[in-house]
Amino acid sequence: MTGGFTIEQLQAQVPRLRRYARALTGNRDAADDLTQDTLERAWNKRHLWQLESNLRAWLFAVMHNVYINGVKRGRVMDSLDNLPQGIAEAAPAAGGADPGATLHDLQVALVRLPAEQRAVLLLVGLEQLSYAEAAQVLAVPIGTVMSRLSRGRDRLRQLLDGDNDGGHLRRIK
Amino acid sequence: MNVSHDHLHAYVDGALSEDERRAVDDYLAHRPEEAARVRAWRAQNAGLHELFDPVLSEPHSLTVTPTAKSLAHGAWSTPQWVALAATLLLGVSLGFIARGAYVPLALRMRVPIAQQAALAHAAYVPEVRHPVEVGASEEQHLVAWLSKRLAASLRAPDLNSAGFHLLGGRLLPAAGEVGDAPVALLMYENAQGRRLSLLVRHEASSRETAFQFSQRGATGVFYWIDGSLGYALAGDVDHEELASLAQLVYRQLNP
Repeated sequence: MTGGFTIEQLQAQVPRLRRYARALTGNRDAADDLTQDTLERAWNKRHLWQLESNLRAWLFAVMHNVYINGVKRGRVMDSLDNLPQGIAEAAPAAGGADPGATLHDLQVALVRLPAEQRAVLLLVGLEQLSYAEAAQVLAVPIGTVMSRLSRGRDRLRQLLDGDNDGGHLRRIK
Repeated sequence: MNVSHDHLHAYVDGALSEDERRAVDDYLAHRPEEAARVRAWRAQNAGLHELFDPVLSEPHSLTVTPTAKSLAHGAWSTPQWVALAATLLLGVSLGFIARGAYVPLALRMRVPIAQQAALAHAAYVPEVRHPVEVGASEEQHLVAWLSKRLAASLRAPDLNSAGFHLLGGRLLPAAGEVGDAPVALLMYENAQGRRLSLLVRHEASSRETAFQFSQRGATGVFYWIDGSLGYALAGDVDHEELASLAQLVYRQLNP
């Protein structure tokens, strides 16, 4: 029988799902709505989950579909318009010597990336999925993951630093 | 080894073998531009963690609220039912407050009889002190009470010939719309303490069906519709024994 995960196992994934949703949308409320919708959908579709596969990767795939549908319906604002609020919440929490400005820059730059590049960058760089898992989540070939990752990382670097030495980001420590 | 662009990413993401990693180290040693790029990518990853890891420890109120539709399929294991029976009640009531959008579905959809029987079985059969509301010593009162509440003529089948005596019964909430008649649950026990539960409720389609069987974890459920009433016999016994018990129940109800 498929669909063998419990409500507790699903509930245990909530923090990871929230983190990815926050990074993906750049907005706390949109992220929590996205996570809640993902939980409902995942539970209703749990018979589609293959027993042996990585539950977290499967949940990211569900979230990704919910997200894409939301963007299409205009529910999730995928633009800079909703940024100030999200950043105001996220940036001060970072702490450190004076990383606020550069973390702020990073978050702004992240939202300026094309959504498809941002998703790959986050799945690999933040969620530490393997390239193969990221390819499954996004339902694209692994070669596409690599090219989006490459373009995303280089684009992010350009956005963060006009010159090409990446010096700005080095202050994030 | 030819170091490619993909190797540089895999280097940053820790996806290289030890040999490959050393080869990339050598490669980067004479290519300051590439080395700077790799450093920038690493800093991006570190920055992402610094930005978003705090989300992991934030308090939140997101919960999974199963709807009736979601209860209708999927895999089941016994401990899950108990959790689900509780979560369903909690989820629906919390859902009223928190997530209005998902609740109407739960109310519109009716939990299938086998599902309701399995959930009730899981919730009440382990009860040592309060498995039933009204005990078998008051059988007449029990049957009259449940008949009145269901607005149907109920009978408690006699399963003594199979070694199971009536323990008593209880009233359960309807599993469909508010306003639907409640549901009756009778419980039986044998000399070894093994229990069976028989759920009786109204069914919209008043037609007779053959016995149908549904296995939910260790619990088997035989269910059928007779007239306007649906019956579901649930027990943690093997398929054949449960089948003969279900036939006995049917014969007792249709002498």
